[in-house]
Amino acid sequence: MTAAVTQHAIRQETPAVPSSPAVGGAGKRPHVTIRGLSKRFDKAVIYDKFDLDIPRGELITVFGPNGCGKSTLINMIAGLIPLDAGEILFDGMQLKDIKFGYVFQNYREALFPWLRAFDNIAYPLKMMKVPAAERKARTEKLVEFLGVKLDLHKYPYQMSGGQQQLVSIMRSLVIEPEILFLDEPFSALDYEMTLFMREQLQRLFMQTKMTTVLVSHDLEEAVYLADRVLLLSRYPAEVADFVRYDGAWPRTDETLSDPEFIRTKSHCLEVFQREVRR
Amino acid sequence: MMARRLEPLLPIVGVVALLAIWWLATFNQWVDPVLLPSPGVAFGSFWKGINDGTLGFDFVKTIYRTGFATLIAAVIAIPLGIILGAAERLYRSLEFVIDFFRSTPASAMFPLFLVLFGVGDETKISVAAFGAILVILFNVAYGVMNARKTRLLAAKVMGASRMRVLFDVMLLESLPQTFVGLRNGVSLALVIIVVAEMFIGSQDGLGHSVFEAQQLFDMPRMYAAIFAAGALGYALNLLFILAERSFVHWGGK
Repeated sequence: MTAAVTQHAIRQETPAVPSSPAVGGAGKRPHVTIRGLSKRFDKAVIYDKFDLDIPRGELITVFGPNGCGKSTLINMIAGLIPLDAGEILFDGMQLKDIKFGYVFQNYREALFPWLRAFDNIAYPLKMMKVPAAERKARTEKLVEFLGVKLDLHKYPYQMSGGQQQLVSIMRSLVIEPEILFLDEPFSALDYEMTLFMREQLQRLFMQTKMTTVLVSHDLEEAVYLADRVLLLSRYPAEVADFVRYDGAWPRTDETLSDPEFIRTKSHCLEVFQREVRR
Repeated sequence: MMARRLEPLLPIVGVVALLAIWWLATFNQWVDPVLLPSPGVAFGSFWKGINDGTLGFDFVKTIYRTGFATLIAAVIAIPLGIILGAAERLYRSLEFVIDFFRSTPASAMFPLFLVLFGVGDETKISVAAFGAILVILFNVAYGVMNARKTRLLAAKVMGASRMRVLFDVMLLESLPQTFVGLRNGVSLALVIIVVAEMFIGSQDGLGHSVFEAQQLFDMPRMYAAIFAAGALGYALNLLFILAERSFVHWGGK
């Protein structure tokens, strides 16, 4: 069963929901196509013949019950975990042929504490065998592009959590990826920092319109940051719904009281609760 | 207020108390003065030994042997530990052998090494190196094996090859544990060297000095040599802690 069919079936039951055009509609080719994905951990079947199309140039958030395999999904797409079966293609290409960025939840363990922030950011370029002078130039260019005001000569442990996660996001961006994955990137930050980082991410997304997949454990955040919210069922995970939210970018405090936002959020909550009770 | 300002002096309290009890014990003759000379006499002997160069010579000899043994151990154990730690199956298959010899008192190996190397410096240094190798090896291997999984994944996701991950991540991740191994290794090497200097045909070294002074019943000199050995052990430990702080600036943060 494809994602589009699933959506269609659910849409009929809940007509109050804003209709989400199918991915790949209107002549747009999906960026990522997942077909027949299967994965099990010991006896638990997390994914069984899972299909999904991820649209190009949109910010997709992934939300679902605890342990349903949200992170597993992006980890498999990003090649961190092997698939048991199935195929994931990016514009018809394999993962090794594309450039992608990945941001871990645990920035403290994901950054290299023995390197200064600047060298942390430039590290992926070193892996791509970019010469030192060009590494420096490209990193500086990125810093300028993002307008980041950080002392990048510091070591990660001399920075606040939010600053470290910002460095970690910059590290994922320096190679100019075609697609960006973020695994609960803000959940280890305090609330003030989370708000700041959401703003930073939005700015980045608006500037680049890069395909972005963000796993969230906070439904409000998932809708707030999304072009589409991917709602997963309990495992074996299926697409419970793939809900579009068309709120204007950037999303602000006013977004939270936008009737459309509230309607989308309550629909997502409804789907989520149905999936949890199932 | 006053108490706060005196706080840095707290470590001295123990030293002063120890010296006071020692002095009282000798002043009141609680212990036979031949067995326990007064602190003044003992430190006088220490000072004399430093000034006429005899104690200093033994001191340098022991440093040389301990340092050489630790160096050999580090040169062998660190690369080996990294290889074993990176290939966990290999480590698991050798774990029992390593643990067994790590648990064997190195001093029990003296006779074997005497047969192999004779009664010279080689025996002392190689037994000490043998003991230190296993301690360092074990720590390095565990340091590599316990490298943060997220950090390894992060390197992998950025396209680092296996070799790259080993040198850019595992090696640096294992550094704090490597220093723990080096510190334990040098302490063990010093213990073995001092024992060897006492009993294996030695003409010099702090162990020899302690043993000879005891044989000649020159108790002040014996205490002086014991004190010198203690100071050496403490200094070596301190040296490695300082080295660790400058090499592993991110440690514990």
